Formats: sequence, structure tokens, C-alpha cells
Amino acid sequence: MKPKHKRLTFVVVAGVLLASAVALMLVAFEENIVFFQSPTDIVEKKIPTDKRMRIGGLVKEGSVKKGDDAVVSFLVTDLSNTVKVTYKGILPDLFREGQGVVAEGRLTDGVFKADEVLAKHDENYMPPEVADALKKSGQWQGNVKGDKK
Amino acid sequence: MIAEVGHFALVLALLVAMVQASVPMVGAARNNEVWMALCRPAAIAQFLLVALSFLCLTHAFVTSDFSVITVAQNSHTDKPLIYKISGVWGNHEGSMLLWVLILSIFGSAVAFFGSNLPPGLRARALAVQGLIAVGFYLFLLLTSNPFERVIPPPMNGNDLNPLLQDFGLAIHPPMLYLGYVGFSMAFSFAIAALIEGRVDAAWARWVRPWTMAAWVFLTGGIALGSWWAYYELGWGGFWFWDPVENASFMPWLAGTALLHSSIVVEKRNAMKTWTVFLAIVAFSFSLLGTFLVRSGVLTSVHAFATDPGRGVFILLLLIIVIGGSFALFAWRGPQLKSEVLFQPISREGGLLLNNLIMTVAAAAVLLGTLYPLFLDAIGGGKVSVGAPFFNAVFIPLMVPMIAAMAVGPLLSWKRADLGPALKRLWIAAAAMFVMVAVTWVLITDGPFMGLVGVALATWLGVGTLVSFADQIRLFRAPLPESLSRLRRTPRATWGMTLAHLGIAVAIAGVTGAGAWKIESVQVMKPGDKVTVGGYEYEFKGATEHPGPNYTARRGLFIVSKGGKVFTVMEPEKRIYPVQNMPTTEAAIHSTLWGDLYAVVGDPQGTEGGFVTRIYFNPLVIWMWMGGLLMMFGGFLSLTDRRYRIGAPTRRQAGAAPVAAE
Repeated sequence: MKPKHKRLTFVVVAGVLLASAVALMLVAFEENIVFFQSPTDIVEKKIPTDKRMRIGGLVKEGSVKKGDDAVVSFLVTDLSNTVKVTYKGILPDLFREGQGVVAEGRLTDGVFKADEVLAKHDENYMPPEVADALKKSGQWQGNVKGDKK
Repeated sequence: MIAEVGHFALVLALLVAMVQASVPMVGAARNNEVWMALCRPAAIAQFLLVALSFLCLTHAFVTSDFSVITVAQNSHTDKPLIYKISGVWGNHEGSMLLWVLILSIFGSAVAFFGSNLPPGLRARALAVQGLIAVGFYLFLLLTSNPFERVIPPPMNGNDLNPLLQDFGLAIHPPMLYLGYVGFSMAFSFAIAALIEGRVDAAWARWVRPWTMAAWVFLTGGIALGSWWAYYELGWGGFWFWDPVENASFMPWLAGTALLHSSIVVEKRNAMKTWTVFLAIVAFSFSLLGTFLVRSGVLTSVHAFATDPGRGVFILLLLIIVIGGSFALFAWRGPQLKSEVLFQPISREGGLLLNNLIMTVAAAAVLLGTLYPLFLDAIGGGKVSVGAPFFNAVFIPLMVPMIAAMAVGPLLSWKRADLGPALKRLWIAAAAMFVMVAVTWVLITDGPFMGLVGVALATWLGVGTLVSFADQIRLFRAPLPESLSRLRRTPRATWGMTLAHLGIAVAIAGVTGAGAWKIESVQVMKPGDKVTVGGYEYEFKGATEHPGPNYTARRGLFIVSKGGKVFTVMEPEKRIYPVQNMPTTEAAIHSTLWGDLYAVVGDPQGTEGGFVTRIYFNPLVIWMWMGGLLMMFGGFLSLTDRRYRIGAPTRRQAGAAPVAAE
């Protein structure tokens, strides 16, 4: 092969690779991105219910109910609106009433059926989305993150 | 008093680092040998000072000196000694101190073992190390002083986050940091080479061991982290494509590419600019990882001790280091160009393909990780990019990579033929078809990806063995000759073989646990039975047990198979009263073919009932075995004699490039 052809081979291989990677990513972005919604978004806006989404807010005090069949239900609130969430399984260790929570799943008939409830490892950690949801609803109570200092 | 000594030592270390960053650099430019020689004592002095500082903080933790804020917030008198010590780096301030400690260890190691380095290169590389150190000392002293006092001191501390009170996680951060920071060596050598305007085979031979060491530690750190997530979080999973996990995976991908491209520089004197570029990228990813973990800009389940204010400082540091080094690269990089173009079908062609795929994969992970930040910044709404995205992008990229990985080692340098190489792999192809057929018959309802994983693992595993057999001419030469070749096989070849086998074994593990996992969640009362993965679990109830600094609710399962008792499993849910925080201790019984995994949750349903979650995770242990094989392979490679004896000598400028072996 002539040097020119060698170089061309590399450029073609690299180009094909890059193009297919970009195509893969565009498709994957289209299909697999999960939007975050606050309870207010869900209650007030018409959100298409066929897509997976994340919901975040505070777990309303006294709202956690445990059934016989390993299903737990609780209310997630941004202090303006609330949405009922159900989840089958063991809740993460730091799940508590009155604390921030992020759940992922689908909305059916106004009830959010979660297949994943996100744990956080640090009790001072507030997921940025939850903080934002609270700020948007005008209920933000200052810096939760650094309150130890 | 001791805390003040630690603080003072840190300030002195900053001053020494400033000297180390400037004087040898100027000395190298002016060819002043005395100034250049200053880099070695400076690097060693820096190490001693940071080590002293680190010991002071450790002392404060061990003696529970709660007048130090960091200790008060992260320790407690009741905590077992090992977690008092690991508490030193279980918090933001201490972990950054560990970061600079490891940086100074690497720096002083160069000063110590680098006698055969040319003085100019050594001076410049250590000066760059000093410069990085200056940035991090300033970060520590200005925004996160670990020795800050609180008056009056609290009676007792807040305790370490109970999730971190675990042996695996006690050693996970040091391992990970040894990897992250280890890439700073390759980075410093790359910057030094850019300033010198010179990269050659000898340079590659000096850089390679440091990169290899960093890679071994990073591999270990990632494996430990995923192992911890597996047994401590009780989700039965091991990898979530979480931003913080991606943060450690990106430098790994770039570092793996760097390891392979530096072979081409060493053997063929080609791909120099690219290798320098990768060295910069690998360390940039390490810094980005530190930033993502420390700043809390992304929602992560792994976010510990985050503080956005400090994030801004790291972001600035990031911009200066990455921006500066890429600017230097753009300016000086073209001078390194002496690239010999080579045949696409050759060993170096295979290594180039590895590099292309690795970097594209790293870029994909980067985009997926940062996309939510980007979209939020332009007001596009809050999104999360999770496992489905990464699986959809990453797996298709890895298929050609693994397919080529079995072929590459069979190709010779310079010019090779694909035909004979593929012919020698017929056993691998046959084994692949047999394994896929067997899997297809055994597991009828598994996902398609499971079959792909089995095919890849078998192809790579057998293919790697084939190329090793080829190396010692097994069955193609008389047996004694093969044995003598086996004895003379360089350790680097052993290392490559083991590391590639490790990848094959790990793929098998990921496939098993990813594709064929069985999960069962239910409420169980004492006496209830449930069958998962062919094992019958009988729940015997849960009882309270006190621990050293927690109380545990311990469930009891009698597991039987085929009517005979197989094992007893006792998962726990612990409550740590100081932080009033529960943790889940899954009960795991590992077998070669799969893990039995049981978790007990809260009381639920009728009297005496508990939520339980039981998994059967096939082949999961293969993943850690694969990780260990990779680490061991890297370690063997590191002990290869060409790094110990025959100190690399630099050819005179203008001399012919090193002949390919």
C-alpha cells in the first residue's frame, strides 16, 4: 500500500467508528433519557404518561404505608403539590419521612409506579433536582447541604 | 498542638512545592545542573512534610481529638480503631490530604528510582508534579483545611457515615487515588516531553511503568468499589453507570489506551503525538473525576461530603491544568511529528484500533455523564442518563473491540497477514459456537445479550490462550523446545496474557449477573418458603443483636437444595445510633456458578412479617476474579526485566529509530 492509501485506511476506519458511535449515541439519547419532573409539573402540566421519568421532592410526613405484598406507598411533595408513589421492594437505607427522595418509573392514572428509588449515601446530601423543585415551588428553606457547619 | 504541626507542615510543603515547580524548570531551560538537581531533594522533602501532616491528622483521629472539626464531624470514640484510621480519608478534607500525599509519594519515587533519567527530563517532570501539587495545597489550605479547630470542642463526634464503616471501603479510596494520581506521572512526563520537544522509545520506557502501576491500582480501586456496592447497598447489582462510577471508569479507559499506545512508541517509535495526548487526557479525566465526586454537581448515589463552593475551586484548577496542557500540546505537539505510517494489518495497527475504540468509548461515557449538566445549563430541563443509555452505546462499541482483541496479539509487527492469524483462531471460533449452543439449550428464555456475552468471553479467552500457545510454539515444535520457550517468556507477555484472560473472565461475570439474574421480593413470615434459582429459602424470623457501635436486626434463612440443607444465611439491617442511620448487610453465599444473595428489610404486613429480597446472581464472582487477573497481569508486566536492567539509553538526536522487535 502506498502511504497515501495507508493514511486513507486509517481515516476511513476512524471515521466509520466515530460515525457509528455518534449514531449509537443519538439513538440512545432519544430512547433512554429520563426527564425529571417535580410533583407540581406532574399535577399541573399534562405530561405524556408513556415515558419513563424521575420524580423528586420530599417524602410527606406520615404518608408511608406498607401493604401485605411488599408494596410500599408514600406521597412525594414539593410542598405545593403531592403525588402518590408506589414501590415494590426494600426502600433504600436513608429513605425517611420528611427527607428528599428521587424515584424513577412511570405514571399511571395519577399514581407514580416506581421501579427504582434512589438511595443517597450521605444524609446531608440533597439531590440537586429536589432542591430545585423546592426552590421552584417557593418552599426552599435554605442550605440543607451544609447545615452541619 | 499536634494538629498545628500538621497544618504548619502542609504550609511548608506548599512552599517546597513552589520551589520544586520553578527552580528545576528554569534550571532545565538554562541547562544549569545545580538548579535541575534541586528537584530530587525538593520532591523528597515535600513527601516527608505531607507524610508528617497526614500522620498528624491520623493521630487526631486515633486519639479522637474533637477540637479538630474534621475529626468531630467524622469520628466517634466508640468507633473501632480501623474505622478511626479509615475515617481520615472518609471525609472531604482528609481525602484531599490523601490525594496530595499520594502525589508526593509518586514524586519522591521518581526522585528515588529515577537515577537513570536524563537530568533535564527529570527536572521538568518533577517541576510539573510540583506545579500540580501547588494547586492542590492551595485548595487544601484555602478551602478545606483539615486541621481547623473548633472551640469549645464537642463532647463526642458525629461518627463516620456508617456505610463507610466497612473494610472494602476503607481501602477503596487509597487504591483509587493511587490510580488517579498515578496518571499524573504520565502527565508530567508528557508535559516535560512537550517542553523538550522530544518523545522517543526511551521516553516511553520510562513512562510505561508509572502508567502500568497507576492502571493496576485503578483497576483494583474500581473492582473494590463495585464489590462494595454489591454487598453493602443490598441492590444485588454491582455497577450502576452512576456519574461517580463513570468518573473512575473514564480515566481507566484512557489509561488502558495509553498503556497500549506507549507500546507502539517503545517498539516502533510511532504514535508519539497521540501518546502524549492520551497521557494528558488520562490525567484530565482523573481531575474531572475528583471534581465530579467532590463538587456534587451531578445527582449521584455515591455523593459523599460534597460542597459546591469547593467545586468552583476545583473547576478553576481543572480549567488551568487541562486548558494549559492542551494549549501547550497544540503549540508544541506538532514538533513531535516523526510518525512512521504503518500497515493497517499489523500489531501496531491492532493497537491503534484498540486506542480508537477505547477513546471513543471514553468520550461516549463522558458525554453521557455530562449531558444532564449541559442540558440543564442551556435550560433544556432536568434529565438523567442512566444504565440503558450506557449499555446501548457501550456494548456495541465493545463487540468489535473484543473481537479484535483476540486477533491483535497474533499479528506481527510492521506487516502481518490476517489469514493465518484467523486460521490459528479456529479453536476459539469452534469453542465459541459450542458455548453459545450449550448456553442456548440450557437457558432458553435468557436475553440475546447473554449469548453475545458468552460468545465474546469464549472467543477472547480461548483466543488469548491460542496466542500464548503460539508464542511458545506449543504442538508446533518439539515439547522440550516449547518448555524452554515457556521458561524464557518475558513477564510482559505473561502479564498481557493474564490481563486479557482477566477481561474474558470479567465479561463472563458481567454477562451472567447482567443477563440471567433472578430476583424475588416478598413479605415473609417465620416458616415461609420461597424458591429462587433452584434454591429453597426458609425464613426463620429476625432477632435483635447488639454490635460494637450499632444494633443489628438479623434475619435467618435456611437454604436447601434438592431437600438437603445447603447453607444458612444471616442478612442484617443495622442501625447506627450516633447518626441514626440504618445500613443493609446482605448475606452472600458465593459459589463458582453464582451467588446466593439475601436481604432482610423492615417489618411489613401482618405480625412477624418482614420484606425480604432474594437474588440469584450467576457468575458474579467471575467479575472480581477477572479484576484480580487483570491486576496480577499488570503487576507481572511491571516486574519485567527490561524495566529493571538495561537502563534505557537515549539515542543521539538524528539517530535511526529503535528497530522493532
